[in-house]
Amino acid sequence: MSEWRNAPGYVSEREAFGELTVTIEREHVRAACEFARDELGFNLLSDIVATDYLGWGRPGVSGYIGTASGRDINFPSTQGLQTLPELKPKRFTLSYHLLAMRRDPARVRLQTWLDDGESVDSVVPVWPGADFYEREQFDMMGIAFDGHPYLKRLLMDDDWEGHPLRKDYPIGGEPVRFSEAE
Amino acid sequence: MAVAPDRKTAIYEGSRIPKPIPTALVVPQERLDTGDIMQINFGPNHPSTHGVLRLIVDLDGEEVVGIEAVIGYLHTGFEKSMEQKTWWKGVTYSPRIDYVGYQSNELVYVLAVEKLLGMEVPEKATWMRMLLAELNRIHSHLVFLGTSALELGAISMFWYCFRERDLILDLFEMVTGQRMHTRYFQIGGLAEDIPEGFYDECRTFIEWMPKALDDYLALLDRNEIWLERTQGIGRLSADDAIALSQSGPNLRASGVDWDLRRDQPYLAYDQVDFRVPVYGNGDVYDRYRVRMDEMRESTRIVDQCLRRLERMKGRPWITDDRKVVLPPREELHTSMESLIHHFKLVTEGFRVPEGEVYVTIESPRGEQGCYIVSEGGPKPWRIHFRAPSFAALEATAACANGSLVADLIAIVGSLDAVMGDVDR
Repeated sequence: MSEWRNAPGYVSEREAFGELTVTIEREHVRAACEFARDELGFNLLSDIVATDYLGWGRPGVSGYIGTASGRDINFPSTQGLQTLPELKPKRFTLSYHLLAMRRDPARVRLQTWLDDGESVDSVVPVWPGADFYEREQFDMMGIAFDGHPYLKRLLMDDDWEGHPLRKDYPIGGEPVRFSEAE
Repeated sequence: MAVAPDRKTAIYEGSRIPKPIPTALVVPQERLDTGDIMQINFGPNHPSTHGVLRLIVDLDGEEVVGIEAVIGYLHTGFEKSMEQKTWWKGVTYSPRIDYVGYQSNELVYVLAVEKLLGMEVPEKATWMRMLLAELNRIHSHLVFLGTSALELGAISMFWYCFRERDLILDLFEMVTGQRMHTRYFQIGGLAEDIPEGFYDECRTFIEWMPKALDDYLALLDRNEIWLERTQGIGRLSADDAIALSQSGPNLRASGVDWDLRRDQPYLAYDQVDFRVPVYGNGDVYDRYRVRMDEMRESTRIVDQCLRRLERMKGRPWITDDRKVVLPPREELHTSMESLIHHFKLVTEGFRVPEGEVYVTIESPRGEQGCYIVSEGGPKPWRIHFRAPSFAALEATAACANGSLVADLIAIVGSLDAVMGDVDR
C-alpha cells in the first residue's frame, strides 16, 4: 500500500509520534537513499545519526553512577523502568532523516540496524553533504562507511582512542594529563 | 486573524542528481610538486573564523586552490553529557550549543521532549516562545552583520549592530534574568510569567528597529567597497546548496524558497503574517540581504506576537501537569501532594515515554533538528542535534573554489557558522 514497499532492501515501516520510520537492510542503504531521492522526491538529507542500544532496557550501564535507566546504583529503589522497553535486534541503528522540499513537505526516517564491526555504504555519492555527517558518526560511534572519500576523525583528535558516544565509553574515562603526582 | 502566508515563487524541486561537489578541495600531487603552491593556516585563532575554526588553505599566488576545514576545537560532548542528566536538566545544556542563537536550541529540545510526552502547551507560552525566538533571530543576525562587516573593514557597523543587540539582551534580561543562555523555556511552557512592563519595552524596541535597519542599509548598501567585496563572491547554486544539505538563509540566498516556519509550521507561525525573503545569486551579498530582510520580517512577527500576548494577561504560562511541571512555590507549604511531586521531580525527574522523535525548527542559521531516543526512563537514551552551522561549513569549499584569499574571509563570514554549533 505504501510507496516505500518498492524501496530496495525494504523491511518494514511504522508510524509513531506522527513520524514515519522505514527500516531497510544494511546492504541496501545507498540504493534505498537513491530511490528516496529519485523516485519519491526526498531531495534534502537533513541528518545522519547513529544510536548505540548497548544495555537497552537493563539497569546499569558501564559502571557509571547515575545510569540511563535508573537514578543511581547506590540507591537501587529508584532504578529500573515501569515497563520493559521493546527489545532491539542489533546494537546500533543508523537513521537518515530525509526531507522532501515541495508544496506538501514530507519527512521520513530511513533506519538500518547493524552490529559492532559491520559497515554500511556511504551515501556521499547520493548527497555530497553526507560527508561531514558520516565522518561525525564514524568518529563518535565507530561505524565505518564503505566508499567514503575521506573517512577519518572529525571532532576528536586523530589519535583518539575509542568512540565517545558509545554506551561502553566511560564518563571520566579520559586520562588526567597533569596530576599532582607529576 | 489567520493570514495564510503568501507563496509567490515555487519551491525549488531540482537537485535530483547532484554532480560531485567537494566538501574539501584537494590539490593534486603534480601541482604540489611544481612548488607554486603555498599552504597556509587560517586559524584556529583567527579573528575571521568566528571562534575556533582552522582552515588549511593551499594558495597559488592569491588564488585558493585547496581548502580543508579542521574542526572540533570546541567539541564539549554536549550529547554525551545530556544522556547523563534528567530531562529537565537538559534544557540548561541545549542553549550553550549554539551560543548566538541560544533560544532556538532551547526551543527545539523542549519541543522534542513535549512531542514525546504528547503534551499541550498553553497559548500564552506558545506566543511568548515565538516572540523570543524572533528576537533571538534579530540578535543572531546582528552579530552576523556586525562581525562580517567588521572583517571587511566596516568597523562602525560593528558598533551600530552591537548597540541594537544590547537592547535585545536587555529585553532578555528583563524577562529571564539572563542576557544569554536564558533557560526560559520549560518543558510544558515557560519558567516564569512575563514581567510587568515587558510589552512596553519590547514595543519601544520594535518601533526603533526598522529605523536602525534603514541606517544599516544606508551605511552598507551603497557603499562601493562593501558591494565590490560581496557581490559575485562565493557563489553557491541552488543545486549545490540542496546537495550540500544547506538550510536557512544560505539556502534562500541561493534561490530556494524554503522556510520551515512557513512550510512546516510549528508553534503558531501559521497564524502570523510574514514574508520569506528569497534572493537568487547565492553570493555573499545575497546572503547578507536575506538576513537584512529577515530582521525586518522578524520585527513584524514580534509585533503580532505582542498584540496577541497583550490580551492574555493573567492566563497560565505553563501547563498544569503535575507529573512533569514543578508545582507553584506557595503550594509547597500547604499541600502534601505538591511537596511529594516537587520532591520526585527534583530528585528523580519525570519519565518520558519510550520512542524516538526528530523535531526541526527554523533557527537563525537554518534547520535546527533534535533527535531524541527515550527508553522510558528519567534520562534520555540518545540526544543528537542537527546543527545548521555544521552543514553550512561543508559549503565552504564549494563557495571558495577559485576565489581570492582575501575573499575567503567574506565567504566564511557569510555562511554564518557558529563554531559551538559545529562542534557541539
